[in-house]
Amino acid sequence: MGITKVTQHPTQNEPLIFERSQTGRIGYKLPKLDVEETSLDEILPPDLRRHDDLAGLPEVSEVDVIRHFTRMSTWNYSIDLGMYPLGSCTMKYNSRLNEKVARIPGFINLHPLAPESEAQGALRLIYELQEDLSEITGLPGITLQPAAGAHGEMTGVMLIRAFLDKRDGAESKNRRVMLVPDSAHGTNPASAHMAGFHVKTVRSTPEGLTDLEHLNDLCAEGGIAGLMLTNPNTVGLFETNIKAICETIHAAGGLVYMDGANMNALVGVARPGDMGVDVIHLNLHKTFSTPHGGGGPGSGPCCCSAELEPHLPIPRIVKTGETYKLDFNRPATVGRVKAFFGNFGMFVRALAYIQTHGAEGLREATEAAVLNARYVGHHLQEDFDKPFAADSMHEVILSHKKQSRKGVHTLDIAKRLIDYGFHPMTVYFPLIVEGAMLIEPTESVGRGDLDAFIEAMKSINEEAQTNPDLVIGAPHSTRIGRLDEASAARKPVLRWKPEVETLSKSA
Amino acid sequence: MRYIPNSPEERAEMLSIVGLNSAKELFRSIPPDVQLNRALKITEPLAEPTLIAGMEAMADENTGAKRNSFLGAGAYSHYSPTVVDYIIQRSEFFTSYTPYQPEVTQGTLQYIFEFQTLVAQLTGMDVANASMYDGSTSMAEAFLMAQRVTKRDKVVVADTVHPEYLEVAKTYTQHGELELATIGFDQESGRIKLDDLTAKLDEKCAALVIQSPNFFGCIEDLQTLADQAHAVGALLIVVVTEAISFGLLKTPGECGADIVVAEGQSFGVPLSYGGPYVGLFATKEKYVRQMPGRLVGIAYDANGNRGFVLTLATREQHIRREKATSNICTNQGLIALAATVYMETMGRRGLQEVALQNAQKAAYAARKIAALDGFSLPFSAARFNEFVVRSPNSAESILKRLLDEKGIIGGLALSRYYNDNPNDFLVCVTETSSRAQIDQLVEGLSKIK
Amino acid sequence: MANVPKNLRYSKDHEWVLVEGETATIGISDYAQESLGDVVYVDLPKIGATFAAHESIGSVESVKAVSDIFTPVSGEILETNEALNETPENVNSDAYGAAWMAKVKLSNPAEIEELMDAAAYVEYLAANA
Repeated sequence: MGITKVTQHPTQNEPLIFERSQTGRIGYKLPKLDVEETSLDEILPPDLRRHDDLAGLPEVSEVDVIRHFTRMSTWNYSIDLGMYPLGSCTMKYNSRLNEKVARIPGFINLHPLAPESEAQGALRLIYELQEDLSEITGLPGITLQPAAGAHGEMTGVMLIRAFLDKRDGAESKNRRVMLVPDSAHGTNPASAHMAGFHVKTVRSTPEGLTDLEHLNDLCAEGGIAGLMLTNPNTVGLFETNIKAICETIHAAGGLVYMDGANMNALVGVARPGDMGVDVIHLNLHKTFSTPHGGGGPGSGPCCCSAELEPHLPIPRIVKTGETYKLDFNRPATVGRVKAFFGNFGMFVRALAYIQTHGAEGLREATEAAVLNARYVGHHLQEDFDKPFAADSMHEVILSHKKQSRKGVHTLDIAKRLIDYGFHPMTVYFPLIVEGAMLIEPTESVGRGDLDAFIEAMKSINEEAQTNPDLVIGAPHSTRIGRLDEASAARKPVLRWKPEVETLSKSA
Repeated sequence: MRYIPNSPEERAEMLSIVGLNSAKELFRSIPPDVQLNRALKITEPLAEPTLIAGMEAMADENTGAKRNSFLGAGAYSHYSPTVVDYIIQRSEFFTSYTPYQPEVTQGTLQYIFEFQTLVAQLTGMDVANASMYDGSTSMAEAFLMAQRVTKRDKVVVADTVHPEYLEVAKTYTQHGELELATIGFDQESGRIKLDDLTAKLDEKCAALVIQSPNFFGCIEDLQTLADQAHAVGALLIVVVTEAISFGLLKTPGECGADIVVAEGQSFGVPLSYGGPYVGLFATKEKYVRQMPGRLVGIAYDANGNRGFVLTLATREQHIRREKATSNICTNQGLIALAATVYMETMGRRGLQEVALQNAQKAAYAARKIAALDGFSLPFSAARFNEFVVRSPNSAESILKRLLDEKGIIGGLALSRYYNDNPNDFLVCVTETSSRAQIDQLVEGLSKIK
Repeated sequence: MANVPKNLRYSKDHEWVLVEGETATIGISDYAQESLGDVVYVDLPKIGATFAAHESIGSVESVKAVSDIFTPVSGEILETNEALNETPENVNSDAYGAAWMAKVKLSNPAEIEELMDAAAYVEYLAANA
């Protein structure tokens, strides 16, 4: 039985913890039980207890744990290692200062049900972050309760639903159409569905903007509850007609929800509230630098107009004199969207980000982010197809059009970037651009790294034209090659069991 | 601004390369009338020492963080091995993205696979996902999943499920034509009221939802409840807010649960005023395609090397859009990592020992409090680490005096969520409470009543 | 160039139909499987369910896409191809044979005449693909 290993190096072949487990190893030490013991049968009758002795759970030492995770960590790319240009994800620097303050004992040891008088600092922090985010968005109502972007979206469309139900009474049932552009994130239609709306798709123009004519036609069909719009949109362009778009929706009796995924292009420069937007969610893990953490935790505050404010989730955090309180008495609320108050630890980090920047620093970051994207677009527009001519904001979209005739597609270009030391950009999104490559450098990349990225992309184009197989077979530098995702999905193996093969298939 | 690498001079040069004269021109596509032509009204930039001092001042106002506290009710104080916070602060984990590019995210993918395995093992289920936001949203998603699986539109839920979880479920289901019916509890045992259940559980039900240990800390007879649910073709959804209990109690899977949702905060995650936490979600293999959230599976490369990938993605919103199993995109990656490190460090022995210590310390505290003149334990059911105390006066006023006079947070007055029995409060005792601290509570109550 | 057998009828949604008496066998065309890529799962309808023409009776999933199966004809589901649960890859390798998806008892045989024959489908593909 031959086992094919990429390398003999132990750090490249770290097994699953279950495969490392050795009976009798211990990784913890608890203080001795210091109370008189009660007979276990008296506490819990045997038929309520588990009797498997937790067979199959790992037995490892503390050193095993550290090596295990440290080795696995080296298989990850990370922002701290280099440019991570995922479009629409805003992979900016996650400051260590933010991590430090989020771990102050007075924050992390505070129980969410502690009496209000015992939690004034936490309530004040929430309140201050709310005030800052309201100012940044130009929208007075706010909740920090949603745990992630999609959760904030769901909250936002539920606010719209509650508002319409109250305004229109029984007639509201005739108003269930949520318009969503064809370039939108998939979470938008999924969230709209959760608030009981049907989705109609708005087309984009060849210039990459919302098709106003189509929008008007759809509004004329009636039943409009609202529009969910990302701005700048997902091809990185500012919706120049934003005011007209909002007016059209309002005239049709609907409300405008803005997906705030791309707020890193606007902070300190323009405010959704001033554009006519009624409700927006923010991603603290994008714009306000809380760590992405390999896919969470996020935090998705939802900001809204005064009209929608009565419908915000409970409890609200209010200030009376110098005292902060939880207000549960909001009869028009959509309800609660999460236990307790949201991802508080992320609020501490986001507030630290805002306070470190201050007003001028926030605008400076926005300018630097947009400039970096513009710079990349400027240098790559000859080698790569750039489907839209308009000024890109904080991200730039390219396509594989000039490479695909050589058989090199977006996925190949993305994988080849790994060999050049970069994380790939967002690929195949949005769907309206075939072979889309969405590049968002963020403000956290210096000119040297941008130039290296640009050189890498030009070099990959060169390879695509002259030696396409090199690109198609990429990456060549990683522990593992491209994985057979089709077989993985046909016969999913979603957990370890003793019989699961180790390390590699037998040849 | 120290987080922006390019100096103003470098940026000026880059501007001229892209053909612009000023930073303002970067925003030409934004109509002037929607631009903010003033500075934001927020603070001046704060230097690091100033910022830290301000944050510490706020943290100091959180006097509750330093008290001898017996609060539980969905968020628990537990010892977390030092390695947990060390590992989640590695750059490679906390500054990476969702593992969409498996070649450069195997570290994340492999630990999620381990997380899924550990959750499945502890709950006694076939499969678990890569995590949900928290326990409350996990439960709401389970309701929607049961509706999809059974194509039925009613869920029967015990009112001893965490009240905030129930509120979240109401929010999630209010537009989905899913009816929620609640079942009361037995005043003597503290468990679900069986005749109320029999009256409400019928062949229209998608699921029966039970928390165990329930909000009062009482352990339910899941096996019998599973049989009753299955007899009418409904699923049994088991909710667990105190994940440490998995180390000692019969698994929901063994009892016949179809979906298990839990709050994983107890696994090494700090209280942090309510979040971020991590939702656990496990089910039977046959329902995996109806499951919300991300899943990681094994895959091989062309050379036969084992790796891990996100799989069964067609369930998710980025492909199926409004027909997706959920709108969830983000999971709780880093918190799932903390829970994974916790479960592995504690391991087979530690998870049992910590569970036993919780049960023992709570039993000790319960015995001592029950012996106090005027105090009693109203519910007879077996418990894990939480129990309800009935006091001689309003629980709210007793707890307030205990705090004011003794500096102890003695528990949670149930009047926060329930109208009946204003003298009842919920006490949680974990392994972090020393005997001396428990004795202080008992002593304090004896003086106040 | 996609394979288009002469003995079948085709819908604009790229399903094929084989009519034998009152029974129609349904699958997806070679063109459809190629557009989807590696098929990993087929969600089949319940036996005994009835559908109107052009309704979705299930779905075909590849790694990163999902596509409804629209029945080209109305009727009751008599049989489904359970083997596809084990070997969904047959949709890629044998779309017109081993990867048939459902057999339907025709409730309105006249609908067959509205479907394209092989020549018309080839033309349709040329114009639309």
